[in-house]
Formats: sequence, C-alpha cells, structure tokens
Amino acid sequence: MGRESMEYDVVIVGGGPSGLATAIKLKQLDSKLNICLLEKASEIGAHILSGNVFETRALDELLPNWKELNSPIKTKVSKEKFLFLGKNRSLSWPTWLLPKVQQNHNNYIISLANLCRWLGEQAEVLGVEIFPGFPASEILYNDEGSVKGVATQDMGIDKEGNQKDSFEPGIELLGKVTVFAEGCRGHLGKQLIEKFKLSEGKDPQQYGIGFKEIWEIEDKNHEEGMVTHTAGWPLDNNTYGGSFMYHAENKQVFLGYVIGLDYKNPHLSPYDEFQRFKTHPAIRKIISGGKRISYGARALIEGGLQSLPKMYMPGALLVGCDAGTLNMPKIKGSHTAMKSGMIAAETIIEKIKENKSLSGYEEKFKNSWAYKELHAARNVKPSFSWGLILGIIFTGIDQILFKGKLPFTLKHKHADHETLKSANEMPKIDYPKYDNVITFDKTSSVYLTGTNHADNQPVHLKLKDPDLPISYTLEKFDEPAQRYCPAGVYEVQKENDVNKFVINSQNCIHCKTCDIKEPSQNITWVTPEGSGGPKYGNM
Amino acid sequence: MKILVAVKRVIDYNVQIRVKEDGSGVVTDNVKMSTNPPDDNAIEEAVKIKESGKATEVVAVTIGEEKAQETVRKALAVGADRGIHIKADGVIEPLAVSKILQKIVDKEKPDLVFMGKQAIDDDCNQTGQMLSALLNWPQATFASKINVKEGKLEVIREIDEGLETIEINTPAIVTCDLRLNEPRYASLPNIMKAKKKPIEQLNASDLGIDITPKIQQIKVEEPPKRKAGIKVSSVAELVQKLKNEAKVI
Repeated sequence: MGRESMEYDVVIVGGGPSGLATAIKLKQLDSKLNICLLEKASEIGAHILSGNVFETRALDELLPNWKELNSPIKTKVSKEKFLFLGKNRSLSWPTWLLPKVQQNHNNYIISLANLCRWLGEQAEVLGVEIFPGFPASEILYNDEGSVKGVATQDMGIDKEGNQKDSFEPGIELLGKVTVFAEGCRGHLGKQLIEKFKLSEGKDPQQYGIGFKEIWEIEDKNHEEGMVTHTAGWPLDNNTYGGSFMYHAENKQVFLGYVIGLDYKNPHLSPYDEFQRFKTHPAIRKIISGGKRISYGARALIEGGLQSLPKMYMPGALLVGCDAGTLNMPKIKGSHTAMKSGMIAAETIIEKIKENKSLSGYEEKFKNSWAYKELHAARNVKPSFSWGLILGIIFTGIDQILFKGKLPFTLKHKHADHETLKSANEMPKIDYPKYDNVITFDKTSSVYLTGTNHADNQPVHLKLKDPDLPISYTLEKFDEPAQRYCPAGVYEVQKENDVNKFVINSQNCIHCKTCDIKEPSQNITWVTPEGSGGPKYGNM
Repeated sequence: MKILVAVKRVIDYNVQIRVKEDGSGVVTDNVKMSTNPPDDNAIEEAVKIKESGKATEVVAVTIGEEKAQETVRKALAVGADRGIHIKADGVIEPLAVSKILQKIVDKEKPDLVFMGKQAIDDDCNQTGQMLSALLNWPQATFASKINVKEGKLEVIREIDEGLETIEINTPAIVTCDLRLNEPRYASLPNIMKAKKKPIEQLNASDLGIDITPKIQQIKVEEPPKRKAGIKVSSVAELVQKLKNEAKVI
C-alpha cells in the first residue's frame, strides 16, 4: 500500500526544547508558514527527562513575557552547595570558589517536561501543528540526495513484520526544510551524521547516562530553591560523574546522577552506582522519611565543541543535542538547545524567502552567545580523562584563572564504545542489596516510568549480529548491556545450560545508552510503534 | 440509524497512580490522560457499524473540564462524525452522568447508545445501567460481539460463567467489553481532518438537572504494601506454616 504524503514549509522531528523553540521562532518570524512537529511520545513532555536548573537566557529572547504567560518556571535558586564525597564524609567546597559557569543564583529549578508541555501550548497557539504519538522513522531524500522530509512509522505491524488488521501505513511529511531535534543520539540524526559525513574532522562524540528520581521529602529536610552538586564517592578517581539534588516546589527534590559513558570497567553498573550514592549520609539524611515518586534515565551529550558535528546539510538542520549543544561544565543544555533552534529558525526564513543557503546556520551559531559558552567550556570534560583530581585542578586553572581562554583545545581521544577493558582485567564490583526504602531494584524503578510498548510489534532494539552478545560480548565483557541499561531490557539467561541473550524491549525507556555503549556497536535503537515508551510526568 | 457514544477522559492506563498526600484524591497534575480504554472499543464498534452501512451517523459525547474535549477529538479522528462536550468541573457521579446523557438522548434521538462497560478510574460500572433505567430502554452490558438486525440487536455478553447471547429491541444501550474489537489507530491525516469536525459545547449547569455528588468521599489511600514472601524447603514445612502461622488450613 502506498503512503500518503503531506507538504509543509518546515517539518520538525522532536518536541523537546530545541524543536519547540524552532517552531515558535519560525511562527514569530512568519505566521503564515505551515509547520508540523512530530513527537514519538504519547504527548509532549512524556519522553523529556532533565535535571533541571534552567538558565532563562534563550527563553528571555524567545518569549520575553514568559512570566506573564503562566510558565512552569517558579522556583528560583536560593542557595547552592558543592560537596566532595568520601565514603562516609563530605567536604563542602565554598561556592565563591566555583567557576562562574557553575554558579546558579539567577537560574530556576524546573521540570523540563513541564516546560516543554507549556512550550507546546505556546506553539499550538501560534498555529504549529503538533502530532504526538508519531515517531519519524525514516529519512526521505530527493533524487539529488538532499533531505526532503521524513516518514512516520507504520502502525499495526506484528512481531514477525506482518500487517495486522489494525495496520495503518506511515505518512510522508515533506518540508522545504526538515529540522531534526530528536535529542541526544537521535536515531535519524545519527544516520544523517554518517551519510553527510557531518562529524568529519571532529572528535568522537562523548556521552553520559543521567538518572533522575523525584522524591517527596519531609518538610524539615526541604529547602525550596536549594541546589546541591556532588563529585567523588561512589565513583573512583578514573570514572567521570557526579550527582545533583534540587529542592523543587511541593516538597519535592529532584535527585540524580550522571556518569560518563567513557567508563572502562565492564562490571560497573551506572544504575547501581546511583542507588548506592543515595545511601551516603549526606544524601540519606535528606531523603529518609520521604517517598520516591518518579524514576527515569536518559543519555546526554558531553562532547562539547570538539565533537559538535556540522549542523547543516542539503534540506535539513540539526538542532540541540541531536547535534550536541550541551554545555558540560555548566551541566546545562536546555538554553543552548533552544538558542540553536531559534538560530535555525532565522536561517530557515532566509532560505525560504531569499533562497539563501542553509550553511548560514553555522556562521550565525558561531556568532551567538551559545557558541561562546561552548568555546569557553571546551577543555573541561577532556581534562577529566586524567582523573577526577587532575581534572578539578585543571578546571580551576582553566575556568577560574583563564575563564576558558587557554590558547589550546584538548581532544576527546576515544568514542565511548571503545573504552571498555576486558572483564577479566577489571575488578568486579560488589553492589549492596537494595533495601526498598532508599534503594530499589530495576523492576520497581521501571514500573514508575509508566513505560509500555504495544504487544506484538517488532523488537525495536536491533542486533546487527544476533550471535555476538553470547559468542563475543559475554565472554569478553561479561555482556555489559545487563548493567548499563537502566531499565533491565537486556538479560543473559541460562536455558538447559546454554546462554541466551534476551531483549525485553517493552521495558525500554528510550535512553539510547545501548546504542552508544555497546562495544561492537551491535545494538541499534529504532523507533517503536507510536506512543510507546515512558510516560514521564514532571521529569 | 444514529449511534451516540459516550467517552470519558481518565488517567492513562500505563501511568502509576499516586495518591495525594492529604488523602483527598489522586494526583492528576501533569499526568498523561487518555480515553477510557473500553470507550475506545465503543467508538470502534460504532464506526464499524457505520462503515458496514447499517448506521448513518456516529456522535461522540463527553462530560468534563475543558481538556475533556481532547477525548471527543480523538473519537472524531477515528471516525465519529461530530462531537458534544458537556462542560462540568469536579466529580460527576454515574447517576449525574446518566441524567446528563438522558438529556442528550432526548435532544439527539439516537437509536443506540454505546459506552465502555466501566471507567478505569472509578470502576463504577453503573452509567449504562442507570441510563437504561432512566430511558426505560433495553440494555446489553459487557458486549463482546454485536450483530445489528432490523429493529433488534443480537449481543454476546461476557459473563462469569462464559458467554451469553441475548437479543434486544432497539433503541437500546450497549456497554462494551475490551474483547469487542481492536480499536484502530488514528492516522495523521484523520487527526487533521478531526480538527475541522464540529464539537458542540454545552454547560452541564444549563441542563436543569442536579449533578451535585451524592456520595461523600472520606479518604483515598494506597493499598497496603505486600509483604515479602519466604521460601520453604519442603512440602511438610509449607503445610506446617499454612496450619500454624497463616492458619488457613
């Protein structure tokens, strides 16, 4: 059966901060443009997970009256702490000695999911057509090779790939320009980067995995507006990562942990590091007596400028973290993602009205504050490849003394899938048992995400070589997918003494970590049937 | 033949329900809402009957706050012809819902009224039955198959003992079971077309009926946590524990 097609001026893939900012800015510049925005989640915001301490700079430019528009940006940062954790101790680092980029007094503690819901409403008021529940699954090209749009996923396909009675073919959405705003490790963005060689001459991209839980805590432990970050325990000196704890409104704290996916020990379980971290006395005292109400995880970009691919190609642009605009030392990406979308919108208007090249996007981005930020931030993450202590010393020199203006740029040497050492070379890690009070197993955590995928559909985690997990990865790395997946999707089960690799794809929370970290790049994340995946509330 | 289908907006079935701290209800802020699943079956069946040429119009009706309109919009996207949204805030109990629907039936004069067998939020399973009494129409509840005949309906019902086949005269009320059909997906072009279909808005307060709740809700709380199980080493030990500790045998 042939697919229907619909034509728009601009097609935007993804309803996060960058995609929504692109849509809003386009409509502000020309209200007559026909814009369609696709979102794979069941509603805008349901796949959004972020810390989040929000810098309003981009939003101030996009919607200067956001305070009057009943935006969900309410809790101003009132107090800040940075702690170095030892196993049982903590050392508070004076805030005035933190680099300026890590000071947050003008920022707000928000739920990015709620901000996106609100941005979605603003975009709809302006006339943007938003279609939640429709993943873009395929890139469409013109004969001469330029991008002409995307196709949405076919619905109603069974496990074996046959059409069910409810089969509904995908739709081709064609745009004069297509904007890819899928967030970190977008599965179409990844294809575009490869096809158009957008990362040629750039360092390999660097990623992290971020966990977040929302806790409702006792009144006496809650200090609205308080922001705490930690480094150190439970990670060793050679593993990059740290925690955040933000006291939001309604007696909630947003508690999270980020670990660089360049970790070397295949026995490391990012999920268990996060669970263990919560048992530290400095953290336990805040959350004890409280109740965990949400859980989620998502990969994030850490590569910065050195790894930022070219963001334009014939017919299409990459915005936000589909390219990789997150500012790592600032631990923030929402503002730069939005800014990149707004610049993309300006470029698209010039393309449509004056037939100017989309290459103008790069130059505009280079002249923006977003680029200046990323430039000043560029040396921080790579310096941590020397370990936490040297990383901090270097960062102090680079960020406080030289304000990011050192006359050289450190490189990212390896892609994250190349960093694992063999299992027998590295120490096993003995993680403590879950107590079901502060720490929990993966199953009960995944339950809180509300994730679901319709039964009887093809597995959306594709193995290039189905035998590799057992024949090679298990032997060499003790199949780390069992540990790096934050949702328990991957298991090695013994059946009649034979090992079997099991993919519980219905558990997937769309974090993309497997697509990044699998040592042979054997796992490819593709879009499942629309609306599948987590149903995050105020994440 | 005209079919009126009642649809309700509820918390999505995948969302983990959270009880408000003060016990006054469940948290609905920023929670994903969807159409009550068996209501999707009701719409699907009505649209199928229309597609088979046995009905001429499918009208979707919902009661609730402004956002409840999305539920009607979804029904329009899968084939309903037009919608009615009766605006009302707060809790509307099944009796009030039935009375409102009675007014809509008086106005619309449908031949059939379809709805889900129950809503997954309050699990009342009352509205269809009450509406049937108010209208003095026949009812077929828990329908898992509907066969439209001249002036009659043959309905297979899901009952505790198995399946029951009944025949009722129309006009009639049918409440639908999940096994009735597989609801279709709303396609993107149909969602766009649905945006242009008409939705009539009425205020519940203008219908001249009393919809104030008759039931006072005292407290909402989470079910008690299940205690961890234990492993027993033998059948004898199991029997002993069932006898002496659990005291069930």
